[in-house]
Order: sequence, then structure tokens, then C-alpha cells
Amino acid sequence: MEKVFTNLTTGGPISVYVEDGKITRIRPLQVPEEEYPKPWTIEDRTGKKYSPPKAMRISQNILTERNRLYSDNRILYPMKRVDWDPKGNRNPQNRGKSGYERISWDEAATLIADEINRVSTVDKNGKRDGHAITAITSSHHNWGVVGYKMAPFGRFFGMLNYTPILDNPDSWEGWMWGAPHMYGFYWRLGQPEQFDLLPDAFKNTDMIVFWSNDPDSTHGIYSGQESNIWRVWLKEMGMKCVFVDPFYNYTNAVMDGTWFAPRPGTDTALAAGIIYTWFEDDTYDHDYVERKTIGIDKFRAYIMGEEDGIPKTPEWAAEKTGIPARRIRALAKEWASKRVALAGGVRGGEGSACRTAYGTEEARMLIALAAMQGFGKPGVSIWGTTMGAPADYTWFPGYAEPDSQMGKTPAATHKLANAGDVKQRLYRLTFPDAIINGEDAFIGEGFCGKSIEQQFVKHEYPIEGRVKLFWRYGGSFFGTMTDTNKWAKMYQNDGPYALECVINQDCWFGGEAKYADIILPACTNLERNDMGEWSVGGGYTTHAEIGNNWRVLVREQKCVEPLGESKSDYEIFTLVAEKLGLKDLYTEGKDENQWAEEIWNLSEISKRCSWEEFNEKGYYIIPVPEDYEPHPAFRWYYEDRDCDTEDYLNPKIKAEKNMNTRIPTEHSKELGTWSGKLEFESQSLLGLSPDDDERPPVPHYIPSWEGHETDLYKKYPLQIISPHPRFSFHTHYDHHASWLNEVPVHRVVKDGYAYWPARINPKDAAERNIQNGDLIELYNDRGSVVCIAVVTYRVPVGVMHSYGCSAKYDPVLPVPGATDKGGCVNILTSGRMLSKNAPGMAPNSCLIECRKWEG
Amino acid sequence: MARYAFVYNVERCNGCFSCFLACKDEFTGNCHRPTGAATAEGINLLKVNEVEYGTGSKVKVDYVHSICQQCANPACMAKYPDQVYKRADGIVIIDPEKAKGNKNLVNACPYGAIVWNEEAQLPQKCTMCAHMLDAGEKVTRCSECCPNQAVIFGDLEDPNSDISKYVAEYADELEQLHPEYGTGPAHYYRRLPKPFICGEVVCADTDACCAGAKVTCTCIECGKVIETVTDFLGDFEVRGLPTNKFFKVKIEAEGYKTAELEVRTMAAVNLGEIFLDKA
Repeated sequence: MEKVFTNLTTGGPISVYVEDGKITRIRPLQVPEEEYPKPWTIEDRTGKKYSPPKAMRISQNILTERNRLYSDNRILYPMKRVDWDPKGNRNPQNRGKSGYERISWDEAATLIADEINRVSTVDKNGKRDGHAITAITSSHHNWGVVGYKMAPFGRFFGMLNYTPILDNPDSWEGWMWGAPHMYGFYWRLGQPEQFDLLPDAFKNTDMIVFWSNDPDSTHGIYSGQESNIWRVWLKEMGMKCVFVDPFYNYTNAVMDGTWFAPRPGTDTALAAGIIYTWFEDDTYDHDYVERKTIGIDKFRAYIMGEEDGIPKTPEWAAEKTGIPARRIRALAKEWASKRVALAGGVRGGEGSACRTAYGTEEARMLIALAAMQGFGKPGVSIWGTTMGAPADYTWFPGYAEPDSQMGKTPAATHKLANAGDVKQRLYRLTFPDAIINGEDAFIGEGFCGKSIEQQFVKHEYPIEGRVKLFWRYGGSFFGTMTDTNKWAKMYQNDGPYALECVINQDCWFGGEAKYADIILPACTNLERNDMGEWSVGGGYTTHAEIGNNWRVLVREQKCVEPLGESKSDYEIFTLVAEKLGLKDLYTEGKDENQWAEEIWNLSEISKRCSWEEFNEKGYYIIPVPEDYEPHPAFRWYYEDRDCDTEDYLNPKIKAEKNMNTRIPTEHSKELGTWSGKLEFESQSLLGLSPDDDERPPVPHYIPSWEGHETDLYKKYPLQIISPHPRFSFHTHYDHHASWLNEVPVHRVVKDGYAYWPARINPKDAAERNIQNGDLIELYNDRGSVVCIAVVTYRVPVGVMHSYGCSAKYDPVLPVPGATDKGGCVNILTSGRMLSKNAPGMAPNSCLIECRKWEG
Repeated sequence: MARYAFVYNVERCNGCFSCFLACKDEFTGNCHRPTGAATAEGINLLKVNEVEYGTGSKVKVDYVHSICQQCANPACMAKYPDQVYKRADGIVIIDPEKAKGNKNLVNACPYGAIVWNEEAQLPQKCTMCAHMLDAGEKVTRCSECCPNQAVIFGDLEDPNSDISKYVAEYADELEQLHPEYGTGPAHYYRRLPKPFICGEVVCADTDACCAGAKVTCTCIECGKVIETVTDFLGDFEVRGLPTNKFFKVKIEAEGYKTAELEVRTMAAVNLGEIFLDKA
């Protein structure tokens, strides 16, 4: 007997078909045509109308959910490392080497609770000092308001008063650490608002410049393939598209755009060369620059060479980027004569170019490009092409929204996630160093969404004391962080500050799981109850539903029983809480369904559709209001009006999340910079770090610390970029969904082993006697990785491309530094930050050499 | 009755492989008798071939679906009439019971669309999700998932179907694969990858991009003439050319000497930088 359940994933809503307790098929959420509300309609300049198809366009990897759920890589039972003896020798040096034995849940929970009690103390008032406990999640282990990491994880570790490890904004580093100093939006972590830019582009934009942006691959992050059809329409209406990317990316291919391939790390020079032409020709928007910006004189002095004696001419830029000067000049002239949407990353500001050395300068120089042509004018925007559809903006809880996290929500009596008072912090990028060295110092709060000043907060470790117990939750970091051999070094470190207990909680054996002492099997969100909205994380990206054609809320139904002895994350934490005598405090007597219902009822949506109705039907689609009026992003700024977008976190409009109140202030016309204007010369940088020559007040091209202008280039003459992947998501789906190995070229199977591809130009390949399909070793002083060669013109001479997110870490020997056959190219990348005061990672500033791998 | 078919709009396909993965999801380990049997890992009823062509910075990437063409006169059926049958709706079915063990069926298809399932000892191919259509569905798994609406499924016999309207509107641009096989394939392809000629025109005196230059490509063999104009970068391209023909490329810009080149269209011809001298 077939039953159909509803569920929601990182890539969209699905219908899950189950027979005899087994999932048989996964389809995009099946909604009968007549149940779709009236779609939005937008118009191009000829009056042609466009409305979205009545269908849910999920990410392709979601179609492997069944394959992934039943993967041989599933962790099915709690396990303990055989030579980890909590009462005797813990043998940390054997992590990643020794085997495991199956233990019961009761044993696992008892072992962990004993360890927690051993490393922490509880005072007479019941307050725990848990500073020796630390923990971190990876992104998107699961989807759902109740089950996502912020909820059960945040509630549990807040209760333990642990030492948090701060996440770095790993997808948009340069925008986080650079952009707020130029245009504010720190409350969006440096990303620009995207409201109503879809209708604006259709009506007013003449040309789109995709700058380090491959939206067909990165999907507006969680919006599946909803925006693909917009770009198809744009192409068919004849929109001119230019792509700036060292890789001829997939969106470029389908849009048949013009390709500009700057040397990695020289995007800023290309932008400077364009801007030079605008100054020289006097073809920038003087009115806008005078009204809405400050610091143009200083910026001009830099660009024209008055500051340093070097005019940033197209010829100068040509030398840096490898792009002929005439093409830079021609692009500049075309740009100045048209209304251009700058697609500077998938949600406006992201892309591999901002994850390079001095990526802050790339982000700021892109904002300068938009600003000089009247950023906010009809058709002139920073628009990633993945957001900006009309929507009903009624608030609904996203996973990152404090009100919807079970640790903080009004639905909870005890706000446990706020309970901690341990002052010390660790930082994901330097965590292994902090453990090995026993100390660390860094600045910033990772996600600096509260203020610009937050970027300068100084952290030192330890304050309360060193951490001893590390609880790792979710997918592997070997593929996603930088210089990742140091994670293996950290786990095997048996020095004075060695980790005494490592717990790994995941659904699958990713690269990192087998470095733990205790492994806990989590189940997927197809095996538990939850609810959520498609693509909406809430938090710092308010109203991400505008990346979708339809606003879809989904009841995530438990489709099958958890595999093996796996359990939901909430149940796992509940079990351990019980052993600690904290079960009632942790759960407040609620199961996942009760949390879901209570959080559902916080939203006004519950007045339109009751929990019972929603629960019964499995989904609810929020229609676009009949009288919808667009308020395009940044238009208010261009037109000197109070901000009128739905950007409710904008502190200058004093709005509530439902936008029921919006109290204009004397600052409501302003940006979130210190001056309230767009700053070519950043007042916050002048004020907070005036002498920083690596992120100076005026954006500069600064030669990469690991690029073609360094000595290392002689030894390692290939620049490798490792952007976000096309067929997987973070370290999810890869490796565990074996069907993907048959997609060319997610992985390529050779002699029974699925290798990770690395793209190389035919000339570079020929010089190294490499043929398409050969196994090759990519190496530098930091490590070595075996990949399979894809010989292609899609990368220029001197550049290699290999996605950074292999879930598989498979060193030929179980020691740090050994050659990895799994494809974790981030083993090769430098752990150095963007710059001395911008603590973001820069994996796309990486020099390597490669050679045939003989095994 | 019906005549089910696909149109593949190569121009719109971005190679996301949703169709490919949906097909795997529908058939891997799932038995759909009587029309189809379960497939196993590594067995794909639908293949999507990535075609990369062009050189230097002028690259193209297209995707071509390789799949059973649901022929009107199927070669497989002609050879094994007791194992293959055609339904009234045009869908060609390999009978999973009767064809069991016949590996030769794989070679009967000139399109190479039949695959061999070693474990089940079965020749298999696309069934157009006949089991779903029989259950009243209006879509196949592959067409349902296409985010770019590049895979259009429907009934060619129904003049009001999306596919019929599409075929009528774009008749000039549609092709079928290997009509010379004479099997009467059902599916259409729009803008299959074809050779192209491209280049970048530069004013030799100023080293500037030569925008607005007139480019005329004339086929020396057939006399066909295609005209285009260079864009703001001086770039031009002429697509959709026949393979292995000689073309004369004439480039004219006001105030400059006309350039003439002769090329032979293999996969793609990138003429690179073409410098025009001042007249």
C-alpha cells in the first residue's frame, strides 16, 4: 500500500512515496493545479507578461534523497572507539586510525553524561560551569524549524553553559568584512537587500554583469531551481549577459554570455580599470555621487594614481588580470551607456572572488561599480538574479529566527540558549590551532550582524579555561574549511591540551566522523516530524521567500522509521539530558510535534490556516496579495525617501518583523554606514582602523598574498579556485548519494573508485603530459590531493578549478599530511585570513602544482 | 489515439541532470510491470551527454538527451516482434518477461538506447513512465522536474497540447535524430550543437574593439550567406553551421580595410583576434 508524505529539504519541498515502510520515490511536492493560488505577473518593457509555472522546482540533488537515506554510509548505531578508555588511556593519537565497537544508546548517553559531569561543575544553585565543553555544527545537516541546528543543539549547549565556537561567514567573507564599511547592511551580514529586483530588471535593466556568480549552480542557496526560469526568460528577451569568473560557469553556458576570465584574485583590478575609464570619460552619475555618497575625491585620487603614482588604467588592469585592455575599456564604455544589474553573488553579494586574499576589496569595489552608475536607479542594482519575486511578507519563523528557535522562542518557558555566561569564544577557522597551541586570539564575532563595531571585538582564549570535550555535529569540514590537514592534526594531537573526549553526531560517515571517540547516529528529516518554510532561514536574510515563485510552508512528516538505531537530534540531546537529570528542563515535556505546533501558532499565518488544517494537508501556499506593489531594493535611497522595503532588521526604520509598525525616524533615509551615506572612503574604517593598509578606508587592489605576484608562484604556478559545488550542498549529498557519481562530472568513477574532478586547461595539461580522465595529484607545501583530470577550455591557462566540498576524506595513510584520494582540495588552501583585520577564509587564493598520479 | 513524444530544447537545457536523477529515482529498485522493470545502480534509461565545443575563451556547453526515440517503426520491434510491442499511444515497450535473457536486443537499437541489466538479465529502455500515464498522470518524471522547461512532454496527436503547439511554432528549428535510420523517431530537438565560427575584431590602429563591424559568412559549397554584426567587444559568432564545409568570412568596418578569411567548419572555429588595418 503506497502512502505519500510531505517533507521539506534544503533544496525544496517534496512528496515522499512510501511502500511497506520503505521510501520508493521522491518527487517535487505534488500540488494539484487548482490548489495553486493566483501567481504573480511581471512585465518586460515590451509589455509581455510572465508568470511562474505551477510547479515546485527543487534542487537536483534532492532527487537523490532516497538514495542518500539508504546509503551504505549511514551511521546506524552508537559506537565507541575501541582504544578510547575514559577511565584509562584515551589514545587521542589514534583518532582516525583505530576501529569502533557498537554500544547501546544507554551506554552512549551514560558515557557522555559522565564526561560532561567530569569536565564541568555545578554550583549549589544548580548553575553549570561548562566552559570545558565546546561544540560546533556544520550547516544544513537537516531542514526544519524544530530540528535544525539552532534549535535542539542551541537549547542543549546553552543549558550546559558551554564555550561556543563562532562560525565564519564561509560563503560571503569579503562582503561580511568589507561591504558594511561602504554601504551598511551589517544586519544582512553585508549582503544587499534584494526586494522586487526581479520586476525591476525585467522592466529597466539593459545588461547583467554576473561577477563571480553561478546562480544555476548555487540556487539562491535554498531556493532550489526556482529562479532558473527567470534567467531563461531574460535570455529569450535578448538580455546581454557578461560573466566575470575564472571558470566558464554553468550559468554562463546556458545564458551563452560573454566570458571575462580574470586571474583569480585580480577582480578588484578589473573593476578599478573599468572605474578609471569612467573617470577618464566622465561617464559616471555625478548627481548620484554628489547626493548620495561621500569620499569620491579620495577614491578618484587612488584610481587616477594621484595617491600612489599608479593610474589604474585598463592597461594596468590588463597586466594584473590577463584580460586585454581594449576589452576592459569596451566593457566600461558599454556599462556606462546602459542600465546594468551587477549580479555580484548568488544573493547579490557572494561568490568565490570574495573568498580570496583581500576579498573585502573585491566586495567594496563591486559596490563602487554600482554606486558610480546610480545604484538604486531603475534597472541599476546589485541583484544576484535569484531573488526579488513578489511575495506576501507575513512573517513566518525561519530556523535562524530567535522567535522560532526552541532555545529562545516565546513558546519556551526557559530560554536555555540564552542561559550561558561563559565569556570565552573559539573561532571555527582557528579552532584546530587553539586546541593544539592551547591559546588563541582573534577579532570579530564571526557573523557580525549587530553592528559594524562588532567586527573589531577582541577575543582571547582561554578565559575561563581550556576546552576538553568537543561535540561535533553535522557534515565534515575537511572539504569546506581551509588548510584542513590541521583538523586531523588537532584530533590526533596528544600534547598537553589534547581533546579528551570527541563526540560526532551525524547521519552519515563523512570525512570527519571517524575522528571521534563516540559516534552518535542521527536520523534525517525524512525520519522525524518538523515543519518549515521553503528557503526561509530568517535571521540575517529576512524574507528569503522572494527567491521562490511560491511561498510554501510544509509540514515535515515522519515518512519512515529512523534507520537502524538512529534518532532525531532532539531525541539524542534529550537522552543525554535525561542522564544529566535535566530532561524536564530541556524538553519542558514537549515532543517535536508540540514544539512545531506552538511555534506555528506564533505566526499570523496560523490565523489563515490552523495547525490542524496544516497538519492534515501537509502544506500551505501563501498567495501574493492582489494589490501587491513593488518597493524595489535601494530605490528609496536613490530617491531620497525613507526606506520602504520589508527589511525589518534595518535599525533605521524601527520596524517589527510583521511590518505592522514602521516608525520613521530622522535616519530612515540613511544607509547603515557611519555617515548614513554610501562611503567611497569608509568612515568606520577611518575611525576604527585608520592605519590598516590591508583594508584601507578607500578600497584598493592589493596583490594577493598567494597569487601570481608572489615568489611562491615560481614553485607553484597554477592557481586553483574551489567554489561552491553544483550537484551537492556543503558536504551533503556528495559521497552518500551514489547516484551523483553517475552525473558527469560530479565525480568520475575510474577502476571502481569515484574520484573528485579537477579542471585544467589543455595547454597546462599538455605541458604535464596529462590527458582527460588521468588521475592527477594536486600538491603544494600544505598537502596533496588526488583528483581526476577534466581537460577543458572552461578554465584559462594557469588556472585550475575543483569544487570545494568533498564529503569524502580518504587519506592513503591515516596521518595528517597524507595524500587524500577523497578530493578535499581544501587541504591545499591556506589558513591565512583575508587580511590582518578581516578574519575570513580565502580558499581561492591558492597556488599549486599538479602531476600525473601513479598511485 | 495518442502519440507521446518529447521535445528537447537544447538552448534552454542547463545540464542540471534533474531529469536524469528523477529517472533513476523512478526506476532504481522499483518494478513497474508490465511496462517496465526495476533498474540497478549504473543502469540509466536516460543519458544526458555533455557536449563541450569551442576553444580559447569562446566555449559552448550543450546537453543532448540520449534516450529511446519511441520510433514509429522500431528497429528493436522489427527484429524481436515477440519481445517488443508498441502501444496504441505510440510508446514502445520491451516486455520484461518475454525479453528476459536476450542481450542481443541491446544491439537492435540504432540509437543505442537499450541498456543491459546484467543482474536481472534484462534489456531495458525508457518507457515514457507508461505506468504513471496509465495511472492517470499527465507527466513523466523527467519532464516534471525540468526547471528550465527544456523537456516538453505531451501528445503530438492532440493539437491543443503544449508539445503540439511548440512543434508548430518552432517547426523550422526542430530536428530529429538520425531520420536516415528510417525508424520514425518521435522526439524533437531544438538547436542541437552545431559548428560555429567566432572571432574578435580589433582596430589595428587604435587597438580598440571594433564594434558594429559587418561579418558575412558565405558557404563556398552551397552559397548560403549568414550575416551578423560585432558586439561592443568586437566579438561575433555565427552558430548552427553545417559540419565540414568551407566558409568565406568577410569583415567590413567603415574606415577600415575589409578582411577576408577562409575556414572549414569542424566543431567550432575560433578565429581569435582579427586586426583590421586603417583604410
